[in-house]
Amino acid sequence: MTGNPAALIQETFATTPTVEGHQLAVTLPVERWLEFAGFARRDLGCAYFNWLSAVDWKDNLEVLCRVENLERGVVILMRTRVPADDPRCPSLTSIYRGANWMERECYDLFGVTFTDHPDLRRILLPQDWEGHPLRKDYAVDTAHAPYR
Amino acid sequence: MDVEARKIVEIGYGGNERLIMNMGPQHPSAHGVFRAILVLEGETVVAVDAVIGYLHRCHEKLAETLTYVQYPSIASKTDYVSAMTSELAYVSVVEKVGKIEVPKRAQYLRVLAAELQRVASHCLWLGTWCLDMGGALGGGATVFLYCMRERETILDLFESLTGARLLYGFHQPGGTRYDVPAGWADRCRETIAVIEGRVEEYEAMLDDNAFFLVRTQGVGVITPELAQEIGLSGPLIRGSGIAYDVRRAEPYSSYEDFDFKVPVETAADCYARYRVRMQEFRESIKIVRQVLDGLPPGPISSRPGVKSVGQVRVPKGEGYARVEGARGEVGCYLVADGGAKPYRLKWRGASFSNLSVLPHIIPGHKVADVVAIMGSVDPVFGEVDR
Repeated sequence: MTGNPAALIQETFATTPTVEGHQLAVTLPVERWLEFAGFARRDLGCAYFNWLSAVDWKDNLEVLCRVENLERGVVILMRTRVPADDPRCPSLTSIYRGANWMERECYDLFGVTFTDHPDLRRILLPQDWEGHPLRKDYAVDTAHAPYR
Repeated sequence: MDVEARKIVEIGYGGNERLIMNMGPQHPSAHGVFRAILVLEGETVVAVDAVIGYLHRCHEKLAETLTYVQYPSIASKTDYVSAMTSELAYVSVVEKVGKIEVPKRAQYLRVLAAELQRVASHCLWLGTWCLDMGGALGGGATVFLYCMRERETILDLFESLTGARLLYGFHQPGGTRYDVPAGWADRCRETIAVIEGRVEEYEAMLDDNAFFLVRTQGVGVITPELAQEIGLSGPLIRGSGIAYDVRRAEPYSSYEDFDFKVPVETAADCYARYRVRMQEFRESIKIVRQVLDGLPPGPISSRPGVKSVGQVRVPKGEGYARVEGARGEVGCYLVADGGAKPYRLKWRGASFSNLSVLPHIIPGHKVADVVAIMGSVDPVFGEVDR
């Protein structure tokens, strides 16, 4: 990687990242999610996949992903919004193998469907669980059958 | 698990010689409740499906229902073997987003607790790992009992510091809850001096042990590329030749004041991870001595007693704070809405990412090696399942 990462992002994706210490936060339309991850990996040298998760904003879900370039200390926080009634987001597993479990967790707890994920099953909850607990409309005391 | 391997699992006894073996969820080498579905060809593992979640308590939802003052004692239950650093990760993010200052003395006390905890956690790792590999190490439980003995002495120190032996509630947003009692520093110095000597004993028992070397060298190799892609951290990534340590990458809690090395090994196998942890014992002890020598006077918290748990509020904002736990990067991502409880809290547990490397490295090894590899990853299932 050469040059200033913020300038590179500005040039390629016509969006200004928010700088906070080492971290550059980039808000993306969901169509460019995969493209940006490839760009971060290849052109910004962000080979380190740190975590992926989501935040429920009620009418939409925000998917967040943090990747890093360990040698240069560049941290990219990718963020995108998907509609809450049909949350679909492209899977990053083709670029980062570590995205596999993180996306499964995000699917399990938020119900975000990661398209082209090789193995999108629940990971923490049983396979026959109903609902996605980290959604704001899922009450803490939601009843569930003890034996199934 | 790759798609081809998934098909094999679904077909079941498909193929002529393939056999599916369940390892866990109740298996002594799993260090918790972990089920590995192994597809075997003879003694060789060809695919692994890891089943986790048995200990899932939905910590992240729980965090949304508890105030910033209540949650730290729950945070320690994620990685319960290294409770001090789990608590620290949570209070760090609250302080970062809430812009709460931490007095210098509290920062030093946090380093002290974190490093002692690392030694205690590594003791447990070494003991249980050697126990897993069993009789080949000359009497099976020997190293385990020795390590437990040393771990106890640190837990005794924590007990006189906090009143608890496993889940401490030592940290609070703004500082620490307890200061070191009279005479504690001397006891601590004596304890770490003993442990420093004992680490040499462990090495003498293991480094020259031909069985130990055969079981660990060249077993479970993780390439640096894979390590980064999976997001490994802690001794695992350092055993793969990448000098990544949060204490260096993004110093927190005054770590920049201390002189210590970040041990790195390049062999990337189980033995390299063992070497990294053995050196970390010594580095942690070195840091503990520096803290005890340089402990500054002053208050231990910037936020003295509140009358009700809802009184600490964090202004609207978000942030990610991370610390170097015994197993690697432990981080919290917090979204605050201005209230007394988080809007969203994401735990980035080191064990979760570390464990997810297993399906990539186990295929090709014998069943017996699975135990050695799993132990070298050092997963704590409270942190994997959260």
